[in-house]
Amino acid sequence: MTRTFLARNPSVLIFLLILSLFTLGVTVLSEAYGIAFLSTSFIKTLGKTLCLCLAALAMDLIWGYAGILSLGHMAFFALGGYMIGMWLMYARTEGIVITALSNEALPATAQEIQNGIAAQIFGVVGASELPGVWLFAHSLPLQLALVVLVPGLLALAFGWLAFRSRVTGVYLSILTQAMTLALALYLFQNDSGLRGNNGLSGLQNIPGLDGVSQDRISVWFLWASAFALGMGYLLVAWVVSGKFGSVIRAIRDDEARVRFLGYSVEGYKLFVFTLTAIIAAIAGALYYPQAGIINPAELAPIASIYLAVWVAIGGRGRLYGAVIGAALVSLLSSWFTGGRAPSINLGFYTINWVDWWLILLGLSFVAVTLFAPKGIGGLFDLLQGLRSPDRKGAPLGPDDGALLEKEAKE
Amino acid sequence: MSQLLEVSGVSVTFDGFRAINNLSFSIGPAELRAIIGPNGAGKTTFMDIVTGKTRPDEGRVLWGERSQSLLSMSEAQIARAGVGRKFQRPTVFEDQTVADNLMMALKAARGPLAVLFWSPKPADHSRVAELAAEVGLGDALARKSGELSHGQKQWLEIGMLLAQEPQLLLVDEPAAGMTLAEREHTTRLLVELAKTRAVVVVEHDMEFVRRLNCKVTVLHEGSVLAEGSLDHVTRNPQVIDVYLGRSER
Repeated sequence: MTRTFLARNPSVLIFLLILSLFTLGVTVLSEAYGIAFLSTSFIKTLGKTLCLCLAALAMDLIWGYAGILSLGHMAFFALGGYMIGMWLMYARTEGIVITALSNEALPATAQEIQNGIAAQIFGVVGASELPGVWLFAHSLPLQLALVVLVPGLLALAFGWLAFRSRVTGVYLSILTQAMTLALALYLFQNDSGLRGNNGLSGLQNIPGLDGVSQDRISVWFLWASAFALGMGYLLVAWVVSGKFGSVIRAIRDDEARVRFLGYSVEGYKLFVFTLTAIIAAIAGALYYPQAGIINPAELAPIASIYLAVWVAIGGRGRLYGAVIGAALVSLLSSWFTGGRAPSINLGFYTINWVDWWLILLGLSFVAVTLFAPKGIGGLFDLLQGLRSPDRKGAPLGPDDGALLEKEAKE
Repeated sequence: MSQLLEVSGVSVTFDGFRAINNLSFSIGPAELRAIIGPNGAGKTTFMDIVTGKTRPDEGRVLWGERSQSLLSMSEAQIARAGVGRKFQRPTVFEDQTVADNLMMALKAARGPLAVLFWSPKPADHSRVAELAAEVGLGDALARKSGELSHGQKQWLEIGMLLAQEPQLLLVDEPAAGMTLAEREHTTRLLVELAKTRAVVVVEHDMEFVRRLNCKVTVLHEGSVLAEGSLDHVTRNPQVIDVYLGRSER
């Protein structure tokens, strides 16, 4: 009973080991630090995939463990991306404007620089003033704080309203869809102050790192993403391992009963909702500098549904399942939709995977839900079962070979 | 004698149906009480009101020495104040082990942050083992509670209630679906428990109530019809009418 957290959860250690080996392997195969086997764009894809895995981890915590099917978590992911994107864009534009103005006879005033930045960033939407939401965009520490604060506070307010009125089940899912859709529609407007449907772009250029090639930056972001995923995994595994995990799984299974044990179910849901929103936001803040561009389409309701599909296919209620599901499905998705999957010629019809991939994904989702509710993670149970079969129940006798209760009945 | 729980003049209506009609009831700090009554008499609704699941339309529910009103408190707050409830069908968390179930119920801070940073001390483990032994599940601590038999689940739930250390226990049909031996064990336990706290047992089974050997409250159409010893109430002509269905109306 006094064993440490890692000793009680050997899968965490295995996961961290595999993640480090993966990161090391990719580094060795990269153009910047190794034998240049993997292209920079593929390394970016891998780095982005790690961020999606982190978001899936958050989804698994809230859906697989606490039983709240939130279909709005990609909104928090994208908000995290917007927050970091604002600094990236501002700081980079600032550099460009200062360089441009340095050719003038008189040194540029702070106001001139400010105006130059605003004109550069907002020219596309026909504005020339920095909106109020860009107040902190000049400062990296402040904008990093906003990565956590903005999605965190939104989740806190939304969750407080929803859980306090005891909205549960499919109604809550619909509400979260409405939240992400409303946010997307708002951001699509030019006067939302975040460049409307143009979104923020050029995020792959990191200010202050002009001399560093994208080859290197992509590997650095892969490291950062892997580190964040590792830390996120540790955090979530720790959260679900103790009594807190016990309580949220109990809430998933019978929330009325948990209330009669004296736990405030709403408080727990709000805590988990906000925590997972923050994890998703951090994942988003690491994702979009690798993607290079963010626009309101990223908050479309379908994005959050994909997140749920990944977790369902990977196996909800187990953390590595969520990671496997997100990695596998999003990589397959980029392979199929990237036009690299060979088309299948049936003679009368050619299956073009760019068109048919979504149908395949939908069918796999239905198949997993119907036939393998444990998802891909369930395969590990099968493997485990081959080595030490699930014998159902406690031993009837003192010997190893004694029948177990249910076997005795059969 | 000061009362632990005092319900007075409580009424509740569901869609025009008066489930509880001007009900008054009180129980002392260490008392065993049985509530009997035909189907639809309002027994379960009464428990729902005390535990905060249902809000009455009118009336007062006062609790403890300071006569706190339970009506403004949430279910969780009422449970923390010391009201424990056992449901008719056993509701344990089947996906988790017996030890986890008991550990969750163990009296401790209930806030999310306090629980997140809480870790069991040796005393907690021994208390869980002790409780499990008390309800006859001493050797089943590591088993998933979903694997337990119906009777064992009832026991586990009683164990969880004990772990909460409530001052008032509301027990809904504890003997339903139990074997004779299990019933006797349950009777002994309830009588034992009532020495240190208030226990309210809702039961259909007259034989079981007789064994509890305690004061009986008869509910009918949402209000108290008779109160007293079992022999006293079973001689009451109104009670006989209600139970045998010879209503003169």
